[in-house]
Amino acid sequence: MANSDCIVIQGSNMAECHPVGFQWVSEAKARGAKVIHIDPRFTRTTAVADKHVPIRAGTDIVLLGALINYAITNELWFKEYVSAYTNAPMIINEKFKDTEDLEGLFSGFDSETGAYDMATWAYEMEDDGTSQAGGERGQGDGSADEGDAEGHGASSGESHGSGGPPIGSGRPKRDETLQHPRSVFQILKRHYARYTPQLVEETCGISPADFEYLAKTITENSNRDRTTCFAYAVGWTQHSQGAQFIRTAAILQLLLGNMGRPGGGIMALRGHATIQGSTDIPTLFNLLPGYLPMPKVGTHDTFQQWVDAVGTKEQKGFWADADVYAVNLLKAWWGDAATKDNDWAFDYLPRLSGAHGTYQTAMGMLRDEVDGYFLLGQNPAVGSANGRMQRMAMSHLKWLVVRDFSLIESATWWKDGPEIETGELVTEDIDTEVFFLPAANHTEKAGSFTQTQRMVQWRHQAVKPPEDARSELQFMFELGVKIREKLAGSTDWRDRPLLDLTWDYPVDEEGDPDPVSVLAEINGRFESGPDAGKPLSSYTQMKADGSTSGGCWIYTGVYADGVNQAARRVPGKDQDEIASQWAWAWPANRRILYNRASADPEGRPWSERKKLIWWDAEAGKWTGPDVPDFPADRAPGAQPEPGAGGPAALAGDDPFIMQADGKGWLFAPNGMVDGPLPTHYEPPESHVGNPLYAQQNSPSRVMFAREDNLYAPGAGEPGGDVYPYVFTTYRLTEHHTAGGMSRTLPYLSELQPEMFCEISPELAELTGVEPYGWATIVSPRAAIEVRALVTERMKPLKVRGRTVHQIGLPYHWGVGSEAVVSGDSANDLLGLVLDPNTQIQEAKSNACAMVPGRRPRGPELLDMIDKYRSEAGITLATGHTRITVPDEQSGTLPPGVDPSAGESFHWPSAGAAEAEEEEAAVEHEAQAAQDARTGASGAQPDGGPNGKSPHGTGTAGHETSEED
Amino acid sequence: MRGSLTHEFSGPTDPIADVHWDHEHAHSRKGFFTDTSICIGCKACEVACKEWNRNPQDGDLQLLDSSYDNTGSLGANTWRHVAFIEQSQDRIEQARESGRALVSLGMPQVGPPAARAGAPVTSAPGTSAPGAGSGGGCGGSCGCASGADPAAEAHAGSQSGCGSCGTGSGRVTEAQAMSAIDAAMAGQSDLDVAPPDTPEFRWLMSSDVCKHCTHAGCLDVCPTGALFRTEFGTVVVQADVCNGCGTCVAGCPFGVIERRDDGTISPPDGHAEKPKVDQEIPNPRTANKCTLCYDRLVEGQTPACAQTCPTTSIKFGDHDDMVSKAHARVEQLHAQGMSEARLYGANDNDGVGGTGSVFLLLDEPEVYGLPPDPHVPTRDLPTMFKRAGIAAAGMLAASAVAFLGGRR
Repeated sequence: MANSDCIVIQGSNMAECHPVGFQWVSEAKARGAKVIHIDPRFTRTTAVADKHVPIRAGTDIVLLGALINYAITNELWFKEYVSAYTNAPMIINEKFKDTEDLEGLFSGFDSETGAYDMATWAYEMEDDGTSQAGGERGQGDGSADEGDAEGHGASSGESHGSGGPPIGSGRPKRDETLQHPRSVFQILKRHYARYTPQLVEETCGISPADFEYLAKTITENSNRDRTTCFAYAVGWTQHSQGAQFIRTAAILQLLLGNMGRPGGGIMALRGHATIQGSTDIPTLFNLLPGYLPMPKVGTHDTFQQWVDAVGTKEQKGFWADADVYAVNLLKAWWGDAATKDNDWAFDYLPRLSGAHGTYQTAMGMLRDEVDGYFLLGQNPAVGSANGRMQRMAMSHLKWLVVRDFSLIESATWWKDGPEIETGELVTEDIDTEVFFLPAANHTEKAGSFTQTQRMVQWRHQAVKPPEDARSELQFMFELGVKIREKLAGSTDWRDRPLLDLTWDYPVDEEGDPDPVSVLAEINGRFESGPDAGKPLSSYTQMKADGSTSGGCWIYTGVYADGVNQAARRVPGKDQDEIASQWAWAWPANRRILYNRASADPEGRPWSERKKLIWWDAEAGKWTGPDVPDFPADRAPGAQPEPGAGGPAALAGDDPFIMQADGKGWLFAPNGMVDGPLPTHYEPPESHVGNPLYAQQNSPSRVMFAREDNLYAPGAGEPGGDVYPYVFTTYRLTEHHTAGGMSRTLPYLSELQPEMFCEISPELAELTGVEPYGWATIVSPRAAIEVRALVTERMKPLKVRGRTVHQIGLPYHWGVGSEAVVSGDSANDLLGLVLDPNTQIQEAKSNACAMVPGRRPRGPELLDMIDKYRSEAGITLATGHTRITVPDEQSGTLPPGVDPSAGESFHWPSAGAAEAEEEEAAVEHEAQAAQDARTGASGAQPDGGPNGKSPHGTGTAGHETSEED
Repeated sequence: MRGSLTHEFSGPTDPIADVHWDHEHAHSRKGFFTDTSICIGCKACEVACKEWNRNPQDGDLQLLDSSYDNTGSLGANTWRHVAFIEQSQDRIEQARESGRALVSLGMPQVGPPAARAGAPVTSAPGTSAPGAGSGGGCGGSCGCASGADPAAEAHAGSQSGCGSCGTGSGRVTEAQAMSAIDAAMAGQSDLDVAPPDTPEFRWLMSSDVCKHCTHAGCLDVCPTGALFRTEFGTVVVQADVCNGCGTCVAGCPFGVIERRDDGTISPPDGHAEKPKVDQEIPNPRTANKCTLCYDRLVEGQTPACAQTCPTTSIKFGDHDDMVSKAHARVEQLHAQGMSEARLYGANDNDGVGGTGSVFLLLDEPEVYGLPPDPHVPTRDLPTMFKRAGIAAAGMLAASAVAFLGGRR
């Protein structure tokens, strides 16, 4: 980012939430870069930005789409870059229909399931090729996912890793003039033609002057000599269309030629330590290390079916070697037990039967389908959306293990949680056995952190953990040892995967396993041959014949030569600006992904100022300060042999080497479950009508029509004015997510001691809330009390004749008696509507009411919530209408919901809650289809100088709103 | 004798030499330069300071009703304090005006205020040049904090400089400053040097700290010798010597030093059952303040706050270097049209002989809770001695007259 000429921070409060990373924005600014902050609030980031552009939460696609339109209309896009490196010239098949043709739906929508069949989005192929979109090999495996009643449609979201979804065999048809009416470029141009400054003004609340400033600044800083960078965080991901927000930025950055170049790209800011690492080597239900997808029941029954779904030998790029990565992973886990004869123990892997994200799991607990729960570094009682559902769910468990530094609210809800106060839960009646195990913190254990820029940095143990506190590594290792002891001698085939695990890490005198030995296993080694036992130095050394193993192919090289490369700390002053000797970045210690795009098609840098790697014709190889992200000797003009597959099929001007066509995707012919192009829909509880289409909300969003997840009426539904304001949640510098690591510490607690809201003076006057006085905020899910911080930093926005008041709510506080400070939790207000690509909840734009004073205590609190619901006439169907296109009006309600059920919902009496759980569930039977993650679309968000994982967006949602 | 007193109690001096540190032990004078224009208000300095120095929590765990500032002020337990100031357009315009007045020393300006607000700062060298040598003599470039303040000017008249900016001492001459601006602008010709439009709103953040004055009031009035001048030119309390008399508290013109109570924390209203934070209170009932991390300096380390600051808003180094960096930065901001930028504590002719911790502010010092014209109580000692002497002599004379007269 330090190399950027213009930095647009949107969907992120970078200075507050990533203050250390923000030093590079400060550095860029000192070098003359313009910094623009687009955010509903004026924050500490805004305070040091050149310009603040306030925006109505949830309308980012309109703004970004208008920038795309501006660049195209004014001929400001980077023609050579776009023609050579993107799929702009590709022809889309003639069955494709845009939202502009279908009043807000793309072709292929199934109103029964709420899912798209992507076949009509596919490229038109030359001669005998077949298009692949939506086909059987897609990880989403489309219709194969029968979602059950509880949202168990698989999240196909991030399962593509750094590779794009397959596009079928053959060569896509191209029109180099970009004039063909079905070329991606023309489709794109038509799609965004109505995204004008006027639309921005009436949808986002942004003045034409501010839009002009933004558009000019970005385009003037995007060319051969200059680059613009975008930075986002959960302000983009935590929307029901989050992945599409990022896609829109990716399209813009490709059009402006900012991907794969110094100071360009899209920075997906990861919220805390090694969140990036937890997607690379994932804690997600649908991914395996290195972005290999979890196999699914029915579609991935054999090893070959599984690896072919990731990438076939015929396709372009490095995903063609998916079988190699898979075999090495299985060898790392099961060692000698993984043989060619048993398909490398493929059958030891569990199979996914549907989505098992954190919210689906909680709903499973409520159905008494889940016995036990481990919480490691997570505080769902405070950090997850719809906190009440989470706490009620935990009360159904048989056992709960909380490993943390202190007694967080998720460990104490049974004695002092909000439901104890309201009487919904009675301590004596809760059968859950709760175990609290003290955990070692990051200074008390060694290991690695993988951060935003894919950089793996080693940390050493500074002090021994106190008393009984243990590292996660030791805990998991000992748990494995104990379970294996109990199973020893078992002949049950179901126990083989556990008994055959390689579980032989050397331990120190305290019994703590050596984390370097784990790093070595992740890196991989030769298993046989002359180098047997030696570490691999590159994933290209991996073989699919069992002679090598490696736990995460993208990390291969981090332990090259038997040296912990992540622990390198050559100071910046002793090396060049790329700083390749500081720690280690995956893959192959590359600092900027897709950096082939930093040179023109002939291999020359676009400019002296922005040069990074280039073709050295004499030496016959790519060279430059960074590690080239391209076959090192592939000449710029090279063309693949006919019939070639894998890396060999990459032409000399195919910089996006993980994509099946080598190009950045302006249009996603496959992979995004909710549309090939981002298109604006209003957030689920929006009071504003969609100015573009009759289709009000995203038709593909994942919904849960449950009595513990009621929604406010949106625009066009009666009763919407009962919850007239918009609230958006966020973090503060002083606290850490759900507060487990900050509200327990006096030094941090005193800096932000009380839960508060941020409101404009206008809203304060309207509601009668006094500055720093108490206010109660009510949503259809909960009511919380907050102190009111009345500030000009919040501005009401005029949108389509309506004044939109936005309320800011930090979510760090929770109800309990153990922390230094406590307070009501903002996440209790949130309901669950998820992005179908990523299963991330909508947390940034929801409806609420606000009144002065503190909230009622005890059961009266429930009466208050109920009163508002009754007034608004809320039913299970409210806010859960999938299709609002006129001619499809019938049959729009979810199965099981009686459209005539006008009677509003009433809170169950205490104790009766359980009986109420079997409501109709609307589920998104995710037709899943392919990948959702932004990267799938080619315009990978990782192109930035500190490029991020392909799966940037994924994690957050899967976990909780506390994560980012 | 009197000359020596003047030298030690006011005006420019080398505080390390003044206390006779020998060459073997004396270091160059250390200090901070806090550039508030790049502060992001993360408060990492506050936390790092408390962690390193093991200072107790001292907030009462309630909102202070002061934007994001829940600390309030420096005190016995808080040695770094980040202020948050929300300002609307009127106030920003005033800050620009007052800053411009500092630069141009109130020379007549052309055009209506609105036009002036939008005028490029390139006019500043031209308008300020005739001002050289007038008033306090600080010239055009420094943007000192109090030069335009009538009270400060009065003080300036009685002392040797304008107020607080430091250029009057010749550290950076006007000509040098002007040429620096010109050079900056010539070298960055592609930079937008037109002043930015006055924003509708801004949020100032500033990390305050002990000033480690050249003439330290706290040290000079300490009756026990608990306060001392270190080999780095900083001022430190020795807790084992301090008897907690509190004289120093009144001696500090900035309200920095404070006596530590027993650290009891009262639960906030409405949370009566909140457990009291169990914490150790080091050095109770003694005076406490920032040591500029003396224990880290003797090990060659950077003070905790500067070490942790993610944006380098807090810089640490040789005092001379900090002051020249501060001047360079304010010139750069002026060149970008930010006439509201000015320095605080960088004038060694001010009432405390300049401070070891210098600041770049974006508004008048009062806005940040800083005194506009701080002066050390001992500055007036020579005058007081003189007056006391005259009075004593007068009384003697009167007595003598009385006795003599009585005889008659």
